[in-house]
Amino acid sequence: MSRIETDTVFVRRDFLEPEAPPPSLGGIPGWVRKNLFSSPFNIAISLSMLLLLAWALPPLIRWLFIDAVWTGTNREACLPKNGETVGACWAFVNAKLAQFTFGSYPADQRWRPSLVMIVFFVGLAWVAIPRMPWRRQAVWLMLTAFPVATFWLLYGGLGLPIVETSNWGGLLVTLVVAITGIVASLPLGILLALGRRSKLPFIKIVSVVFIEVWRGVPLITVLFMASVMLPLFLPTGVNFDKLLRALIGVALFTGAYMAETIRGGLQAIPKGQFEGAASLGLGYWQSMRLIILPQALKIVIPGIVNSFISLFKDTSLVMIIGLYDLLGSIQRNFSDANWSTPSIAPTGLIFAAAVFWVFCFSMSRYSMYMERKLNTGRKR
Amino acid sequence: MTLRDKTADETPRSWLRAVLYDATIRGWVFQGLVLLFIILFALWVIHNTAANLRAANIPFGFDFLNMRAGFDISQKPIDYTLDSSHAQAFKVGLLNTIIVSVLGIILATIIGFIVGISRLSSNWLLARAATVYVETLRNIPLLLQLLFWYKAVLSVLPGPRQGLMLPFSINLSNRGLTMPRPIVGEGFGLVMWALLVAVVAAWALARWARRRQAATGQSFPVIRASLGIVIGLPLVVFLILGAPLTFELPELKGFNFVGGMVVHPELTAMLLGISLYTATFIAETVRAGILAVSSGQSEAAFSLGLRPSQTMRLIVVPQAMRVIIPPLTSQYLNLTKNSSLALAIGYPDLVAVFAGSTLNITGHAIEVIAITMAVYLALSLITAALMNWFNARVALVER
Repeated sequence: MSRIETDTVFVRRDFLEPEAPPPSLGGIPGWVRKNLFSSPFNIAISLSMLLLLAWALPPLIRWLFIDAVWTGTNREACLPKNGETVGACWAFVNAKLAQFTFGSYPADQRWRPSLVMIVFFVGLAWVAIPRMPWRRQAVWLMLTAFPVATFWLLYGGLGLPIVETSNWGGLLVTLVVAITGIVASLPLGILLALGRRSKLPFIKIVSVVFIEVWRGVPLITVLFMASVMLPLFLPTGVNFDKLLRALIGVALFTGAYMAETIRGGLQAIPKGQFEGAASLGLGYWQSMRLIILPQALKIVIPGIVNSFISLFKDTSLVMIIGLYDLLGSIQRNFSDANWSTPSIAPTGLIFAAAVFWVFCFSMSRYSMYMERKLNTGRKR
Repeated sequence: MTLRDKTADETPRSWLRAVLYDATIRGWVFQGLVLLFIILFALWVIHNTAANLRAANIPFGFDFLNMRAGFDISQKPIDYTLDSSHAQAFKVGLLNTIIVSVLGIILATIIGFIVGISRLSSNWLLARAATVYVETLRNIPLLLQLLFWYKAVLSVLPGPRQGLMLPFSINLSNRGLTMPRPIVGEGFGLVMWALLVAVVAAWALARWARRRQAATGQSFPVIRASLGIVIGLPLVVFLILGAPLTFELPELKGFNFVGGMVVHPELTAMLLGISLYTATFIAETVRAGILAVSSGQSEAAFSLGLRPSQTMRLIVVPQAMRVIIPPLTSQYLNLTKNSSLALAIGYPDLVAVFAGSTLNITGHAIEVIAITMAVYLALSLITAALMNWFNARVALVER
């Protein structure tokens, strides 16, 4: 190969700039034509969607923001005066915000649940972000020291005044039920999943029956059982806390779903891993603890997050057995004579919906992110 | 080596070791311990329960089912009065659960399929609207949505006089959805029989057409012919009998409607909430199912000369359904179980009637909760068994 004489031969060293597309295909008009009006059917759909939006959005926005009442101390603020329409009653939410967060937790002790929530969210972020230093240690702290400290801070004792669980409420109860449920259901789910894949026939039958029974009934009957039947099962005189009874029901119920999620992970582990562990001379529990479960649990992180999302939504059911979670305490305030107007029910419910939505949507995004991240490791 | 093994085998300690480390023996011992623990636990629970029931003076048994119920139910698909038994109340509750589940499943499937396909649409506006709908309603608890429809939408609707008038004398007000009631005349049973005959005939026709196509390659317009038979035959019978079906229109008398058929606000709220919520999950299932069919399949179908509609019907949908059906079933089961939330808005389903009113009146907590759980469990297990059978039939046969 001879060198090309650069002074005699013209060699183009970079690509030509692409021509601009015809105006009808590029820019905003082109985009609109391609995505909204490409065919008669599409035109019809786009026009009807636009009509629907024009019909539904302006009244909604007016009700939510423009006509809404933002400040006020009682129902007078949210009553329609001299014929004008009144939208959402945000003053109601504003006045009751502390109750929606803590229930009837004593006002001078509210720093305790606040502290727990702050530590929880910081710890959760620490554990959830993969690049954080000391992440493994943080996981252990969150699983061991944090629950103990939380119990002490929330319930009291050892120098702190005791706050009975009947005074807990609002978002606090929602978070307590959801997090205790998921933390307690993890070990139960792992045991049940291993039991269902066990070679021992009796263990397998027991696990299958346990899982299928809990998965086959609605959570509400489980909660009924926990609140009505559990006291009958215990020796006379032993009385359980109402919240604890609900927690037991939720943990058993979620444990069954968790078992199926984890079983999916166990099934995804290639057989060679089991055989490799056996050929190293590891026993059943050793190979599970050191080889199989670390891989299986890693695969099912998105599944566990999804279980947590549905558990988080399901916590609203404890309202039916008389606990005041976020939804329950909002619902209870509808009958407050000081605030009773027609607009507080929609306002309160939309507020609750927004809170639940923010939690669940961010968790589902996290689950999708983890799924993508875990996928790249397995893709070739 | 052999010598040492032999001497080791003879000592009693190593015999014990051999037994202790034998996987089979260990397994049996372990299972025996678990069994023993479960039996002891059950005995302990039974003992406590018996003692508690004696203390509360509630005899265990199912005799209470024949006692007078004495409470009213707002929606009665079968005869029920205050003097009916608890067993009758149970039947009413069960029927109401089935009504809301079946209607909910039908609505949720329709909405779910439309939204799922819309999310894949090339129309930007439609796809975005579908995405917003799915992502919003999916992440809000169902209980909250039910309360929203019931307390924030339906109960603030105007009364019957100012209600929303829809076509066919349908009226939406705070009394619920009022619509004409069909009144079955003499000989309408024959029309139903004709429908049954027509369905069987259509099925036989499809079978014959499939056989003929397999044997000769000639195709037959099965769908058009079946539709003709299923609609035509009952219609002919209906007209011959002189149209034995009339409608009773709801009439406004005083402050409420008289006559006609009323869907109570509770049922309306239940159906709205439960079908809009479940539809989001069905939409995701449908979308995933369609995306799971690789584009090579439709390209191959086009290269064989199939038209787009045929490609969809013969190539894409059958393969997508295989992916869609198992999760769709679990959504149907979830919907049925979620219908128990009816309790919160006062729709008289099984849980509200039986685990609510009957339990409160009789105090037979164990029997009532056990029966309720058994009903849901039976529904789940039957559906799961049917679906496993169906799944095995449509599963990909791999060579």
